[in-house]
Amino acid sequence: MKTRIYLDNAATTKTAQEVVDAMLPYFTESYGNPSSIYELGQRSKEAITKAREEVARVIGAKTEEIYFTGGGSEADNWAIKAAYEAYKSKGNHIITSKIEHHAVLHTCQYLEKQGARVTYLDVDENGLVDLDQLQKAITPETILITIMFANNEIGTIEPVKEIGMIAKEHGILFHTDAVQAFGQVPIDVDELNIDMLSSSAHKINGPKGIGCLYIRKGVKIRSFIHGGAQERKRRAGTENVPGIVGYGVAARMAAESMIERTKKEKELRDYFIRRVLEEVPYTRLNGDPVKRLPNNANFSFQFIEGESLLIMLDMKGIAGSSGSACTSGSLDPSHVLLAIGLPHEIAHGSLRLTLGADTTKEDLDYTLDQIKEIVAKLRNLSPLYEDFIRKQEKEKK
Amino acid sequence: MYSEKVMDHFQNPRNVGEIENPSGVGTVGNAKCGDIMRIYLDIDENQIIRDCKFKTFGCGAAVATSSMATELVKGKNIQEALQVTNKAVMEALDGLPPVKVHCSLLAEEAIHAALWDYAEKHGIKIEGLSKPKSDIHEGEEEEEEEY
Repeated sequence: MKTRIYLDNAATTKTAQEVVDAMLPYFTESYGNPSSIYELGQRSKEAITKAREEVARVIGAKTEEIYFTGGGSEADNWAIKAAYEAYKSKGNHIITSKIEHHAVLHTCQYLEKQGARVTYLDVDENGLVDLDQLQKAITPETILITIMFANNEIGTIEPVKEIGMIAKEHGILFHTDAVQAFGQVPIDVDELNIDMLSSSAHKINGPKGIGCLYIRKGVKIRSFIHGGAQERKRRAGTENVPGIVGYGVAARMAAESMIERTKKEKELRDYFIRRVLEEVPYTRLNGDPVKRLPNNANFSFQFIEGESLLIMLDMKGIAGSSGSACTSGSLDPSHVLLAIGLPHEIAHGSLRLTLGADTTKEDLDYTLDQIKEIVAKLRNLSPLYEDFIRKQEKEKK
Repeated sequence: MYSEKVMDHFQNPRNVGEIENPSGVGTVGNAKCGDIMRIYLDIDENQIIRDCKFKTFGCGAAVATSSMATELVKGKNIQEALQVTNKAVMEALDGLPPVKVHCSLLAEEAIHAALWDYAEKHGIKIEGLSKPKSDIHEGEEEEEEEY
């Protein structure tokens, strides 16, 4: 069935019409190379400067501290690999968490093969990193702390301010993957002592394939992509001008609408979460109930498997996602759900729904009705539910 | 990603349920990997499978293969039922995506486990049937290493 209700805005978002409109002239009219000296090139250069200012403003950074990349994963790779290379003479220890995005986790695992020592911090049942454990993990060898601003699956917002303070006290670089938080929650890199920050345009109604790494002035990390002198010689390659322009517009729009939009999303989210928990038995909310991204709802429905649920929702025109193994192509369910202590069978039964600016109460009411029906149907199919009911009947007797 | 047949058996699974006092019942898979399949058999005195029901916790492919497997063994005798391999189930469903092939193994194992239970209960030996593996993922290949 055609998707009518899109509740997977943490995966990607619809590109805003204003963003597309702003991008289009840079394909066929102002198509000049920003490095060229003639007027057509300079027009592209000016557009990039304007977009850089708009992106910088969202996080309280200076314009020259924003480096455009091919997306969030590239920004994460760059920050972590280049920081290791630049500071490994000082030490080889990196601290991260168990619930990072794979762009961070797999980069850290790669560096372990290159000689790095990595501490993967535990999180509590709500997905919050343990600050005591962070303090204790720090050694004179520690060169980098990389902990996400907010988790992409369960929506938990990490204590970034406290982490920034700890990093600063010890003179350790602090990188944060803010792909989910950028434009959704207020961020000020100075106030939070963030040295590097990754962000991506397509999570905030911008285009895909463009993101940025914020690098605080004075942080000496080198280029990741060698070649021309673009991005202050730190990221070679002719700029993705239309993408950058779109990113700038999306960033400005996200910042301008943040207070109003997230207030509405939070209200809808909490209404939806409350009803799901009340009306679908044997269900839990994953992630922190309060320190949570405004648009994220993540549930585990006991006794059922997530992919089945997703396909059945899809047949009703609803798009969501799951931490089930079957959706990832591996046999293990989401590392995030396991890290918050869920048993495998409950992690397999997870459903993440992420609201967008257009989501309405009617959408969520319809979604809830479908969830109720589908969960009941799948439980009727489930040997785990059968065993559970039998056990209950036995106990009654 | 699924064939029409898979989607049909997933949306309208055949033979869902339990059998009271079954001749044999087999449960295979584990919750860790996200799929558990249980098959109930009702076998008459001529060793014909009169009825077959299933319950499955798992993805769309797991549900569809269970449904198809029950269809394929119903009305067959024990020896014929043993010939219902994972390949036969997959073919009957017009194929499965490569990552879902293990689901069809699960269906084959569940039938074998139910037949094993039947044989044990009745003190008979079924030629060609060995004790089913408790974990169908045993010996599966490790994930490819990243570079």
